[in-house]
Amino acid sequence: MKVLLRNASLGSGPAPCPERAQGWSAAPAAAERGGVGKSTFSALLAHGLAADETKQVALLDIDLCGPSIPKIMGLEGEQVHQSGSGWSPVYVEENLGVMSVGFLLSSPDDAVIWRGPKKNGLIKQFLRDVDWGEVDYLIVDTPPGTSDEHLSIVQYLSASRIDGAVIITTPQEVSLQDVRKEINFCRKVKLPIIGVVENMSGFVCPKCKNESQIFPPTTGGAEKMCQNLSVSLLGKVPLDPQIGKSCDSGQSFLAEAPESPATLSYRKIIQRIQEYCEQHHLQEEKIM
Amino acid sequence: MALCTPADRANLAGVRHIVLVLSGKGGVGKSTLSTELALALRHAGKRVGILDVDLCGPSIPRMLRVQDSAVHQCDSGWVPVFVGQDKAIALMSIGFLLERPDDAVVWRGPKKNALIKQFVTDVAWGELDFLIVDTPPGTSDEHISTVEALRPHQLLGAVLVTTPQAVSVGDVRRELTFCRKAGLHILGIVENMSGFVCPHCSECTNIFSKGGGEELAKHAGVPFLGCVPLDPQLSQSLEEGRDFIQEFPKSSAFPALTHIAQQILDTSQRSS
Repeated sequence: MKVLLRNASLGSGPAPCPERAQGWSAAPAAAERGGVGKSTFSALLAHGLAADETKQVALLDIDLCGPSIPKIMGLEGEQVHQSGSGWSPVYVEENLGVMSVGFLLSSPDDAVIWRGPKKNGLIKQFLRDVDWGEVDYLIVDTPPGTSDEHLSIVQYLSASRIDGAVIITTPQEVSLQDVRKEINFCRKVKLPIIGVVENMSGFVCPKCKNESQIFPPTTGGAEKMCQNLSVSLLGKVPLDPQIGKSCDSGQSFLAEAPESPATLSYRKIIQRIQEYCEQHHLQEEKIM
Repeated sequence: MALCTPADRANLAGVRHIVLVLSGKGGVGKSTLSTELALALRHAGKRVGILDVDLCGPSIPRMLRVQDSAVHQCDSGWVPVFVGQDKAIALMSIGFLLERPDDAVVWRGPKKNALIKQFVTDVAWGELDFLIVDTPPGTSDEHISTVEALRPHQLLGAVLVTTPQAVSVGDVRRELTFCRKAGLHILGIVENMSGFVCPHCSECTNIFSKGGGEELAKHAGVPFLGCVPLDPQLSQSLEEGRDFIQEFPKSSAFPALTHIAQQILDTSQRSS
């Protein structure tokens, strides 16, 4: 799940941020199944949005048991600094700050073996006690499922008008059936859905250039599901071995393989999300 | 920790070995491995049950094509759903308790814990050689509760599943720490989605890199159970709820899966 907050002045101090929400406008969130590429997508979305140097981007990783954002962003081993105004995020670029439980663990073997209430406490702290500064976009990367973390983030950000959720899936029915649950979850908690991204959609053999469906869309894939549930399909991203390699080495895949069909597809999706947020914003201003 | 009442023992008393399938990360193939492991053990002549404790995303009912089944009650509790050609695999999943398949289980920890406890105590498994427990990703409520509830029983150990990339291996390192803290015996690590052989030209591409699982097993001093390659036939048969072990003995994933099942059989024989 990703939540994007636009023009957000996030908790610059220990004051609880939902109450300080004046003038923010929150954007996208996404929820879905595990291992479909959520963190990869969140990271690339952050890189993509931060390419505009006038925008301030924040990436918050609330996957407490399996935080992969530090590794994907090339920030493994970084520590969070404490300042008078709270925890400082770790900066990848001047306009791209990252916060993850991974920065609070002393070794990569440390496990966060926590039950719900403790997890909720930390999420609240991430929103309230992190000195994000002025933020245009807040992207929240969530763990798989529809449980404590998801309820908490939606609840804590409810005052700040989340622009919506981006939902990631893979093409098989086994994955889509979880995504339908997530869509129902979003509707239950009144979280707008920006759209669905179908990841791992086909693989082109680097040798013979023939395409194989490793995860076959036996029920029509995300496209059909989106039609049935009237949700927009933001795009399909093919499998590319370079994506995993870039994530492992902490590099931005968009910069490493600018010509890959996967990059082109990611760029298109990111652009559609930007457009959605801008439009969402205009509408909100009209209402106000 | 809750003490075991005689009734608890009764329902799991006929179960000889319990195997947990764990992974720090989602989507690495826990449910796939649980399903195929159950089928492989079944084909080796064992009586097998599967307990799916992934409450937010139960996938096993669909993988065994029983997603529309319902659970019935009997004197000793819930009767699991029997699947497979000879109805020989007993399965219990929250998927059977939902009114509509798209219903989301939006529960916080305590409610999930209560259901898991019920799954452990109130299902009439009968006589089983193996009970395979499929867990959700992470190291949180479901895992703590499952291990606590199963500890008094014949817990053989845990199989950890990873994909080869460093990002996934990192999550499994945390899961290893969880197992050690929980005093859970580690049966070994399985590396899933390890390489893809192009069906057109037979070129092998390591889509998610290769070797991460094996390296981790060496580093952590636990057995490495094997690599399962990416295999469209495997994903396809899971989609359609078919018996991969019986229908695709020539596929690339078949020897890997049966080899893993064999090692678990060997361990169980040594322990009993």
